[in-house]
Amino acid sequence: MDLAPSPHAPTDRSRDLSQPLDRLGPDETLKADSDQLRGTIALSLLDRITGAVTESDTKLMKFQGIYQQDDRDLRDERRRQKLEPAYQFMVRVRLAGGVCTSEQWLTLDALAREHGGETLRITTRQTFQFHWVLKDSLRPLIQKLHTVLLDTVSACGDDARGVMCSVDPHLSAVHAEVYDLAKRASDHAIPRMRAYHEIWYGEERIAGSAPEEPFYGRTYMPRKFKIGFVIPPINDIDVYTQDLGFIAIAGPDGLEGFNVAIGGGMGRTDQAPATYPRLADVIGFIPKDQVLAVSDAVMAVQRDFGDRRDRARARFKYTVDDKGLDWIVREIEARQGFAFAPARPVAFTTNGDTFGWRQGEDGRHHYTLFVEAGRLDNRPGRPLLDGLREIARAHPGGFRLTPNQNLIIANVAARDRQLIDGLLEGFGLAELNVQSGLRRNAIACVALPTCGLAMAEAERYLPALLPQIDAILERHGLAEEPITLRISGCPNGCSRPYIAEIGLTGRAPGKYNLYLGGGFHGQRLNKMDLENVGEAAILARLDTVIAHYARERLDGERFGDFAIRAGYVPEVKAGRDFNT
Amino acid sequence: MTLTEFPGPGLSEEQWGLIRALAVSLSPEQMLWVSGYFAGHDDGARRRTALAGAASGPPASASSDVRTLTILYASETGNSETLAKDVAAQAKAMGIVVQLADMADYKTRRLKDEQDLLLISSTHGEGDPPQGAADFFEFIEGRKAPRLEHLRFSVLALGDSTYERYCEAGRRLDRRLEDLGARRLHPRTDCDVDYEEPAAAWIAAVLPLCAPDTLQGAGRATAAASAEFELSPRLGAPVAVVSHDKRNPFQAAILDNFVLTGRGSSKETRHVELSLAGSGLNYAPGDALGLQARNDPAVVEALLDALKLTASATLPGKAGPRSLGEALEADYEVTVATPRFLQQWADVTDAGELKGLLAEDRLDARNEFLRGHQVIDIVRAFPAPGVAPAALTAGLRPLQPRLYSIASSPLAVDDEAHLTVSTVHFTLHGTPRFGVASGQLAHRLGAEDTLPVYVQTNPHFRLPEPERPIILIGAGTGVAPYRAFLQHREAEGATGRSWLLFGERNFRTDFLYQTEWQAWLRDKTLTRMDVAFSRDAAQKYYVQHRLVEHAAEVHAWIEDGASVYVCGDAARLAPDVHDALASVFVSQAGLTREEAEDRLRAMARDHRYQRDVY
Repeated sequence: MDLAPSPHAPTDRSRDLSQPLDRLGPDETLKADSDQLRGTIALSLLDRITGAVTESDTKLMKFQGIYQQDDRDLRDERRRQKLEPAYQFMVRVRLAGGVCTSEQWLTLDALAREHGGETLRITTRQTFQFHWVLKDSLRPLIQKLHTVLLDTVSACGDDARGVMCSVDPHLSAVHAEVYDLAKRASDHAIPRMRAYHEIWYGEERIAGSAPEEPFYGRTYMPRKFKIGFVIPPINDIDVYTQDLGFIAIAGPDGLEGFNVAIGGGMGRTDQAPATYPRLADVIGFIPKDQVLAVSDAVMAVQRDFGDRRDRARARFKYTVDDKGLDWIVREIEARQGFAFAPARPVAFTTNGDTFGWRQGEDGRHHYTLFVEAGRLDNRPGRPLLDGLREIARAHPGGFRLTPNQNLIIANVAARDRQLIDGLLEGFGLAELNVQSGLRRNAIACVALPTCGLAMAEAERYLPALLPQIDAILERHGLAEEPITLRISGCPNGCSRPYIAEIGLTGRAPGKYNLYLGGGFHGQRLNKMDLENVGEAAILARLDTVIAHYARERLDGERFGDFAIRAGYVPEVKAGRDFNT
Repeated sequence: MTLTEFPGPGLSEEQWGLIRALAVSLSPEQMLWVSGYFAGHDDGARRRTALAGAASGPPASASSDVRTLTILYASETGNSETLAKDVAAQAKAMGIVVQLADMADYKTRRLKDEQDLLLISSTHGEGDPPQGAADFFEFIEGRKAPRLEHLRFSVLALGDSTYERYCEAGRRLDRRLEDLGARRLHPRTDCDVDYEEPAAAWIAAVLPLCAPDTLQGAGRATAAASAEFELSPRLGAPVAVVSHDKRNPFQAAILDNFVLTGRGSSKETRHVELSLAGSGLNYAPGDALGLQARNDPAVVEALLDALKLTASATLPGKAGPRSLGEALEADYEVTVATPRFLQQWADVTDAGELKGLLAEDRLDARNEFLRGHQVIDIVRAFPAPGVAPAALTAGLRPLQPRLYSIASSPLAVDDEAHLTVSTVHFTLHGTPRFGVASGQLAHRLGAEDTLPVYVQTNPHFRLPEPERPIILIGAGTGVAPYRAFLQHREAEGATGRSWLLFGERNFRTDFLYQTEWQAWLRDKTLTRMDVAFSRDAAQKYYVQHRLVEHAAEVHAWIEDGASVYVCGDAARLAPDVHDALASVFVSQAGLTREEAEDRLRAMARDHRYQRDVY
């Protein structure tokens, strides 16, 4: 991508890539001096005295999909035992659109059993995360992934993250085409990352004069950059939370193109009003053959103008607000060499999944299985990993991971439905889909004990919290009402809590902010209702609002809409108003 | 107090001034120590002996009618050494010209010139001599050993009847000296772990046989000098100086006691911090702490139940009668059964199976049986309800103190001593069994409790000069003295490089003192560390493999003068590491295996290859 001079009004360049490194944040120097992400990772892996890698290597390894963590439950105990923290790594696979073959599944399953504490996690961005991977297991794990054409390149770090794509099986014809574009966009947008091949596959370093990263350069993106493709009317990927969203527009002859949405993002920092979640703005329509060009242009604008001084404000959403949407759109159009057409009308109905068997337009059958908090493991009476392994062995059609952390057993021929049903039944998995409306629409991030950012529990707390809210709903006759609830252990918002009808973000052990008023299909941010409170206060408040909702809801009115109409929280129309 | 007004014999004005100044500054406790220090000061003693000799004519050894007594000892834990020094002191007191030497340092070519020789040797492992004495044994049992017709000798053999080849090292010396033509002064005495009384009897019997016929001239003068010498704390009359020892242990408060091994470990290793404040006990890195543990009351109770005996039953004892319960808790080993117990119980019960096991040719079966049966298992399987308490205790060996290498340096922890204790725990016949001391530390000690301890010096495991490089090789709790070494070197500001090779089972849970090593690596107190965790990979990997892997560097360090230390398991680690070290010389210096062994022997002689294995 060349850096053509902008044809429109100049802008403040004091915080972006145009500045010398010493005037930017320290991570910019780290990236620039990392020898294109090689750092000292190879040496860190050889250090047998610690299960960790050096601090700078931890940052570089994120670009390679690897997050150093430690078992926070044991941290203090081990310190007293004169043992270092129980270091381990989270390894995130790059799995565009959440589509996984049965062969890949079996490999992932085997690796989870061997290196990953016998558990896998489906993330909110449709991929797998391994947890509990020890340093010595990283290479064997990554090399084994390579054998089934999977890698972890760019699954974290300041680069284009795994590309999401709607999975709704009902839309199979369009899905195939959109998924194909999503996969191409993913492969196109990520760094070339020779370091990955050298460190993890043991390939030789190739000497050459050409720049290693023609697009990314030495400093990559200012911050992570998330791309997603959605197929209406199901907003399962929460397209408005993406940095760059493509909303598929289908006509009578199939896929025509996409509405483009830019500048979404969830992360914020407590007590920092300049940080806020933001929903993406739809800026126009493009024909389907321009996806890669648009992706390049949008990423280049963020690469060149994003804030590289303050990482808390380095996401694209702030660039959009700081420069102004019009300026940004003109800059994008200048770079891609064409203007956006007016956006097409779009209607979403939900961002949740529909469970059980459904038949796609291609006649194939697909089974959506509810997976609480995306956690795949074996528990007494519910051997989920074992059951799914048997299904993967018996079923060649593959799987899809949903952005709601559920699982689709995909492409089942009619005659094989009975086989799958039998296996689900046999492993006690059939009853997993028998859940309340609240549970089916709940998302939790991982949080404690592995995530270093978590301030409070999320995934582990969800099973204790939901029955209590279910009891409130039941008491008020709303047991089957689908309400989105999302809980994150910290304000960064991996579970996309700021668009939930009930959002919770951790502040301290047992303490959360409570947010109300999010849009049911992800179309509106919520607003903080209670700050830094414990479970009792949260439940008391929910009891009040839910009772009121049960009494006075309009026909078909969603809980989030009601919370605003009834005046519990004001409507948030723009990210900048989230904190006001 | 007018003591300080009287100058001592022959002291100069200046000397007396110094002593007076010192005296007023000392606490009573320090005074006691200082008195012992001077009494035992080698140089002073030697000078006095020389003076006495000079005053009364030619030196004693030059006199043709005065024989020289040589006392050789081979010590593993220090008991033989203590005894040998006792003997030397008593011999001097009787006017005997005496030379004392550790077999490890003894020049074997002198053997043919010896006149009277007393040998005190403990037994190590399966009938082996203590490691330091290996060369001596090799020489005396080899073809180069001289005929010794002129030699008179007697052997005191120390052992532990728990082991099959009881007192074997002493027996070997006894046999071999006889074969070489030497004349036995007094029959060999074999001592079990409660060696004090038989040893005293042996000394009392053997020394008069070595004494000169008449005490006159040089002999008398030497005797007079030796009488002073007897006060030496290092030579046998230590009561006033080391107020706490094995016989009179110090009650140490427990400052800390926690598990070092992380959650999920396949073993439990504890860190114990004890207070020696006010004990007068001193130690150096490398020393061990003896810990007089008590048996688990539950084990004693089970034993009493099985025998239908009551804890209050009276047991006659040396110090008067005491209750059986107390005796079993405090005085006897009541867990591990020994061949002696097997014999006693066979006599008590007349059980054919036990008798059968005692046959000479049933060694393997006997060992197998003893491995699988503790005392409680035997009395349950072969009941003798209402047996006389004394008939039970007659088969039991006295409860021995447990020795633990001290894991701290006094320079770093003042008057504390730290221990690294592996909790012995296994299941036998469906019931959990614990080690006596480690079980007590793990399960039966409160914060207010104290433990009876004493210091067991270990002169064969000592840091070299501060500038000399050290290679520290240890597995499991064998790392304990290295923590002491590094604390010491850090406190001293030692400039010598250090390289620690540590082995255990699992990196994540068993990396004992991990954060301390990491800190020492950061501040360069520790130059280098290599680890081997045997259960982390399919292929077992041990410290000796790291030695071989880094053979070039190991060799370079040794060439630079590094001292090599090995601490840990005697049965596996020590020989494997030894082989690895030999292979380093083979691969790096082109030595033959035999030459490599010679190099290691030479290093051991120069105290540059020291081992503390158990």
